Amino acid sequence: MSLARRIIPCLDTDGSRVVKGVNFVGLRYAGDPAELAARYNSEGADELVVLDIAASRDRRPTFLETIRRVADKLAIPLTAGGGIRTLEDARAVVRAGADKITVNTAAVEKPTLISELSAEFGAQAVVLAIDAKLEGSRANPQWDVRVRGGRESAHLDALTWARRAVELGAGEILLTSMDRDGTQAGFDLALTSAISRAISVPVIASGGAKTPGHFAQVFSEGAADAALAASIFHDGVQPIRGLKQFLAAKNIEVRFPC
Amino acid sequence: MTIALIDYGAGNVPSVERALQRLGAASRPVTRPEELASVGAIVLPGVGHYAAIIRALDVQRLRSPLLEAIARGVPFLGICLGLQALYACSEEAPTLDGLGLLAGAVSSLPATTKLPHMGWNRLRIVKSTPLLEGLGESDYFYFAHTFAAPYSAENTVALCDYGAHFSAVLERDNIFATQFHPEKSGAAGARLLQNFLRLVA
Repeated sequence: MSLARRIIPCLDTDGSRVVKGVNFVGLRYAGDPAELAARYNSEGADELVVLDIAASRDRRPTFLETIRRVADKLAIPLTAGGGIRTLEDARAVVRAGADKITVNTAAVEKPTLISELSAEFGAQAVVLAIDAKLEGSRANPQWDVRVRGGRESAHLDALTWARRAVELGAGEILLTSMDRDGTQAGFDLALTSAISRAISVPVIASGGAKTPGHFAQVFSEGAADAALAASIFHDGVQPIRGLKQFLAAKNIEVRFPC
Repeated sequence: MTIALIDYGAGNVPSVERALQRLGAASRPVTRPEELASVGAIVLPGVGHYAAIIRALDVQRLRSPLLEAIARGVPFLGICLGLQALYACSEEAPTLDGLGLLAGAVSSLPATTKLPHMGWNRLRIVKSTPLLEGLGESDYFYFAHTFAAPYSAENTVALCDYGAHFSAVLERDNIFATQFHPEKSGAAGARLLQNFLRLVA
């Protein structure tokens, strides 16, 4: 017996609608969050992530309402994030129905936010999102942590930051390759493997998924515990059940809902 | 019949409420001791730190009415931390006294694997029981925890294996408990909740 590898669809929203973009720019609308959530819940998604990529203060109540609508449709865990800066922000998100909170920029600016969240909700509810971008060469790779939707460098090494976040109480790392995000060229296996093998908590790989083979690779070579994708699921390009059948045939343990 | 959902501020209370609602069962969040005086069943959902649930039970003065209700034979379902709270103590907060209804102590899973134990895992069923009716060893349940209860010949109904064996489902008289989250475990979790509802009906 062992843990099944998780397949996690991600709903990037503008607060109320699911949006799609390449490398965080050029957004277009891709559907209603609650409708997509219901679909993924029944198709065998193992968890769902819903993000407010606009994360503007005045749109906050709208996003909380979106979390409630999504949570209503789910019998699987829900992670929510985007714009969580304080313990109070996190409480509102949890009260709205999220099981886990994901933080990114705010945790870079104030790392103790991770400890505060972990003390309040438990480590299993704190997901640190790291947006990582390759620096240097592929032969001697280093990854820089990016913040503010990927626009700015945090001048922080991704490996160092992941280790530190785990010490502070993060229970999971949501690792996005900025180099692969939106490219559909496959997950960054070197990045995922480097982080996953260096830390003691589960790693969710994100960025670049297109084919079932990409998922198989990130679980085997990348040592990922879970894999996240957005558009390929929204468009129906990659049905979740078919993806899991492919993985099961490769002897990768996955859960079938029935 | 009223199902009391003990609300000590844990994040998963609304999820459990929703899951029961989908099965057509009405539940009511309970925060005060007098609300436990006449209830048909009690669910103690929990998530987070052991200290938080134990302190909250004392601060909200829910410990004695809860123990009294269980002693009266009111069916009880503990979820995750709600399972761990049944023990006398936990390594996670060694100075605090748990409910002490089950013998043994809650301790950390071995650090030889990634912790928390987070995700979907299967059970090894050691006793057949109405609570697990229709469920088998190919069903997956959602776990999110670092600490766990030991195997006990009297109480363990199903084990899970993650670095070590631990009790995933417990049962003793009117006490039922799961280390996983049935409210987050898809159709399999819904089946378990439905079985519990049938037991209390």
